[in-house]
Amino acid sequence: MKLFIFGFLSGIISGMGIGGGTILIPSLIFFTPLTQQQAQGINLIVFIPVAFAALIVHFKEKNIEFKFVKWIILGGVFGALIGSFIAVNMDSSNLKKYFGIFLLFIGIYELIKKE
Amino acid sequence: MDTKVLKLVGIGFVTGIINGLFGSGGGTLIVPALVFILGIEDYKAHATAISIILPLSIISTFIYLKKDIIQYQIATMIAIGGVLGSLIGAKFLNKIPTSVLRKIFGTIIIITALRMIFK
Repeated sequence: MKLFIFGFLSGIISGMGIGGGTILIPSLIFFTPLTQQQAQGINLIVFIPVAFAALIVHFKEKNIEFKFVKWIILGGVFGALIGSFIAVNMDSSNLKKYFGIFLLFIGIYELIKKE
Repeated sequence: MDTKVLKLVGIGFVTGIINGLFGSGGGTLIVPALVFILGIEDYKAHATAISIILPLSIISTFIYLKKDIIQYQIATMIAIGGVLGSLIGAKFLNKIPTSVLRKIFGTIIIITALRMIFK
């Protein structure tokens, strides 16, 4: 039930256009015995069906700007391979600290950002 | 390749690294990049971001899977909640003022971040 609620809340947040993972991953770290990598892996795999559902809606409403997408994905594929390799081979408590630093930047950005 | 293409590939590369390294956060980077660097409208940027992050997350998931990091049962429970939550979130996206919400969210995120760094 706890897990369902974490998913539900992060889904609401991400549906509003704020990153769901920034809520889900810390929730899993603080309230379950999962490691940083396991929490991140869950966020990645959970994102797939949720993103598919959202994409269908956006595709029908023609909200996707396709002309930029292919080049960004090309660079992204290499980045994703490198970033994931580093993550799965890193010490969990170090990864947690780096994640925290990244999260700190996101939080500051949300506060100072203009609408 | 012209500079525009290099810029796009570069944006993708950085987004991919962050999204793979932290298992999240790709959208947080790519949305402002689409809006401020490429001049895409805000509502289109969110939709476009998903079409970029989805394939990147699939690749990262495969690498996490190979290391046996993914916990399927936990992921299934969270996914069910996540799909329901995102449908509700998407419905209310245009109906509630998100500016106050973003400030609250930002504050919670900063407290959470400090806890993760120092504990």
